[in-house]
Amino acid sequence: MQVDWSIILDFIPQLMTGAKVTIIITLLGLVGGTILGTIAGLMRSYGGVLLNAIAFVYVEIIRGTPIVVQVMFLYFALPVLADIRIDPFLAAVLAIVLNAGAYIAEIVRGAFLSVNKGLSEAGYALGLPTWKVLAYIVGPVAFRRLIPPLGNQYIVSLKDTSLFIVIGVGELTRTGQEIMAANFRAVEIWTAVAVFYLIMTGAMTLALRFIEKRMKIL
Amino acid sequence: MSIIEFQQVTKKFGPLTVLDEVDLAIEKGEVVVLIGPSGSGKSTLLRCINGLEMISGGHLLVDGRSVTDGKATLQDIRREAGMVFQQFNLFPQMTAVENVAFGPRHSRGSSRRQARTEALALLAKVGLGDKADHSPAELSGGQQQRVAIARALAVKPEVMLFDEPTSALDPELKQEVLSVMQQLAVEGMTMVVVTHEMGFARQVGTRLIFMEHGKISVDGNPRDIIANPPNDRLKDFLAHVH
Repeated sequence: MQVDWSIILDFIPQLMTGAKVTIIITLLGLVGGTILGTIAGLMRSYGGVLLNAIAFVYVEIIRGTPIVVQVMFLYFALPVLADIRIDPFLAAVLAIVLNAGAYIAEIVRGAFLSVNKGLSEAGYALGLPTWKVLAYIVGPVAFRRLIPPLGNQYIVSLKDTSLFIVIGVGELTRTGQEIMAANFRAVEIWTAVAVFYLIMTGAMTLALRFIEKRMKIL
Repeated sequence: MSIIEFQQVTKKFGPLTVLDEVDLAIEKGEVVVLIGPSGSGKSTLLRCINGLEMISGGHLLVDGRSVTDGKATLQDIRREAGMVFQQFNLFPQMTAVENVAFGPRHSRGSSRRQARTEALALLAKVGLGDKADHSPAELSGGQQQRVAIARALAVKPEVMLFDEPTSALDPELKQEVLSVMQQLAVEGMTMVVVTHEMGFARQVGTRLIFMEHGKISVDGNPRDIIANPPNDRLKDFLAHVH
């Protein structure tokens, strides 16, 4: 079979639909994951023994298991265990939330603990309560240090959505496979799929560069 | 009533006793200079006053309130006892004036405008009226430390605690910080200063305390003590810091 790049054009609308699903899963998952990760990271850094332990167990379970197993668990095992039935799309979003959350928790913890202790002492010495020291002094400094590793995690999470092919979510990789199954145009289709991913991760990289440039790392 | 009162205060770090049943009363208006070899407990003593270190035993009262009386009391004590650090510890994401206005805004509840007006006045007082909108990274060490002094003063403390305020500065920058401190002393501010600047101790100090092994070993008038050290260890120490 001859390689014929022009056939890609016919499938662009279909691939776009798949890419849209990928983007929506990623966006929702990362919004949730960032919130969950920030909370878990702060629990790890500043929570008491109990909160710290809860966050630690969460992070270890997620980091210690593959994301494919996590999403299979959510989609296939949860209905059996708890009689909760969720659709593949929701399972995919939840998997990103839980998975990214665990990694982001460690990123947040690292960023906060990297801030010189003298700064928080200066805040306490002014008579501030802990939450204000974290919100106004340590937080803003930590946030700037958070951006590069956070960007890394965002890109990893975007690509991880391709693994949700196993539960049949119609995201980009799944779409590519469906097209391929019909016409066996492996070279053209997988090249097109790869380019779609590159465009999405490239856009993310540019956005992160922009934010980094606007914020001096302190 | 003394503004600061140590009663049999002990501080331990694990098995290490850093302060050993210290008794000390500091009155309003005193300028107490704390000296001593490294590890003698002078910085720890200072940091116990505003609860950056919690005491392990005894009682420590600041303006009649105990540092072990819970969070709210401790926050009150910290508003009464401003601290200046060896490493300045200015907030890097804020300009000089924002650093100074921060305490009044968030610890005293002043309005934004009032905090800024007072902050600008304090910066002018420490000779940095023209640097208000500079970030800490754009200031020299001496300038940063003067901003840090203004930041501590902004909360209107009764006492100022200085933890080796000039030790991180080049020799030519020490003087600008010491002059600001001297001016404060002249205005009657109660000060507790951990330092190796014996010139400052002699000229500005009203009381000199020499610490060894977590205890106060000499306590008296700076000029007399420096002229006639009452023990050999202090004599040795003074010979080394000069």
